[in-house]
Amino acid sequence: MSESQEQFAIRVRDLVVGFGRQTVLDHLSLDVRRGEILGLVGASGGGKSVLMRTIIGLIPRQGGTIEVVGRPIGGRTEGAATTWGILFQQGALFSSLTVRQNIQFPLRENLVLSQELMDEIAIAKLEMVGLRAQDADKYPAELSGGMTKRVALARALALDPPILFLDEPTSGLDPIAAGDFDALIGTLQKTLGLTVFMVTHDLASLTTVCDRVAALADGKIVAIGPMRELLQSEHPWVRAYFHGKRSQMLQHEMR
Amino acid sequence: MNSEPLLLATSSGEELKLCPEGPWIAANVSMLETLSRSVGADVDQSRTVTLDMSGVSALDTLGAWVLEKLSRRASSSGQSAEFIGVADHFSGLMDEVRQVNRHTPAPTPAPNPVLVRLNDLGKSTVGAREDITIFLQMLGALFMAVIGVLRRPRSLRLTSLIYQLYRIGWQAIPIVVLITFLIGAIIAQQGFFHFRRFGAESYTVDMVGILVLRELGVLIVAIMVAGRSGSAYTAELGSMKMREEIDALSTMGLDPVHVLILPRVVALVIALPILAFIGSIAALYGGGLVAQFYGGMAPAIYIARLHEAISVAHFEVGILKAPFMALVIGVVACSEGLRVKGSAESLGRQTTTSVVKSIFLVIVLDGLFAIFFASIGM
Repeated sequence: MSESQEQFAIRVRDLVVGFGRQTVLDHLSLDVRRGEILGLVGASGGGKSVLMRTIIGLIPRQGGTIEVVGRPIGGRTEGAATTWGILFQQGALFSSLTVRQNIQFPLRENLVLSQELMDEIAIAKLEMVGLRAQDADKYPAELSGGMTKRVALARALALDPPILFLDEPTSGLDPIAAGDFDALIGTLQKTLGLTVFMVTHDLASLTTVCDRVAALADGKIVAIGPMRELLQSEHPWVRAYFHGKRSQMLQHEMR
Repeated sequence: MNSEPLLLATSSGEELKLCPEGPWIAANVSMLETLSRSVGADVDQSRTVTLDMSGVSALDTLGAWVLEKLSRRASSSGQSAEFIGVADHFSGLMDEVRQVNRHTPAPTPAPNPVLVRLNDLGKSTVGAREDITIFLQMLGALFMAVIGVLRRPRSLRLTSLIYQLYRIGWQAIPIVVLITFLIGAIIAQQGFFHFRRFGAESYTVDMVGILVLRELGVLIVAIMVAGRSGSAYTAELGSMKMREEIDALSTMGLDPVHVLILPRVVALVIALPILAFIGSIAALYGGGLVAQFYGGMAPAIYIARLHEAISVAHFEVGILKAPFMALVIGVVACSEGLRVKGSAESLGRQTTTSVVKSIFLVIVLDGLFAIFFASIGM
């Protein structure tokens, strides 16, 4: 393995993505280091989710290259479940399956293992994300917002993928639940040695769990680095984002 | 590092030393299961079990759990088990795995199959009563909405009504015409084929005319409308319910029955008789074509025979049933739509229920009308 493959979990070079005549991502380059939690911020409709969905292969790209753990990503998503886990914004749990079956789904589709072991792994994952074994037989419709996100996280982690994508993991959660979720992601990242790519607007998540933060504006990454560096950035959009009234208020609170 | 996982067992006296080696990860799960099963008996027989983790090159939750399970198997029967040589970067994961699966809830006992059947029977009995209640409630709500509209005619949603009429009436004409045309042709062909044996070919026209106008025209069209438009109503209202659009309407002080359901049901009640009429004509036309080309009966004779065979009463019997069938289809479709709960599965189930139930009720209603018209001599 070459050094770059060792060091970077995701490498994006000159990525161009557009819909019709509108260009959303314009020659964007981004490196995600192995074992870090990277937060991605950007304006609503500015292409954050598009970037994430392009990396995981849901949106076709018009130019550029994407490498995930040293392998270039083509159009197909075969074997994807073992490379990455994805937590969608609304959870995207399969509504006709129970919590247990949802978590077992990637196991069942990708591995050959006994039902007993599969049950144990499902419960183990459920407890790792802070739920109880009693919740295993509930259906997604019976879960609260926070529980749905936790179950979705357990499903994303079912195969212990090296990379975890999170799309606004704390949106729609109350501050306590959001704080718990951040802490959970931090703990799991350490225990399982994950690389986490997180799209978020939550300034608290950015400050507390993210190792680095990337700012996406005008289809490019305009600033990347630890939160401290981003706060010093001179880019007008980044300044507006972190030094607006709301952000100022939150940062004062946190000091 | 792509070697296979191994599990070396060395026992000295009552002490068992297990040395897992290689990648203990999910991709090798079937090998891991075999390995852990193969040492199971040894684990049970030994007094102390030591797991030397120094040879493990890769570990994930699944591998860690398989090893943890071995150690628990030992400690559950009173022996001692310990892990040694756990690498630093695995220790967090091993600690995590030690915590899990400690409180497995007692498995729920399998229910008595007889009781389950009885329970289902009871549920469906209660469910049938509930179905009737919901049907009557919707009928009542519609009645109230109609009274409201009669009091203030301007409150009728005319745009919505016209749009629904276009969708379920106008757009349904081609398929209704095609299918009833074919049905009419088939009946005529069967009539000629079988009646020819006893020389009663000319009575085929009587059969086609009476059958189509009294029964089949309206019944076939009603069943098609139930499948085509009833299901659409259920799915539409169901997805509106799922996305809280109906709640939003209510909180704005508007009655969903008035805004959404009344225009739909009224459109059905207007469109179904028209469609039934068009369908009957198409079926008679289909019968006529078969009479000419298969039965060798000139069109003028077909029309003359038809004139003798049928009366306005036959036509009235058929067309009078149509608005009632439309009402049943509309009420069932809309009330099933409002019963949709959160999930996509529920939407599918309710749509199926809606179509099955409205077709069933249409046929039952047809039977009741047959008895009614027979007893009043029509």
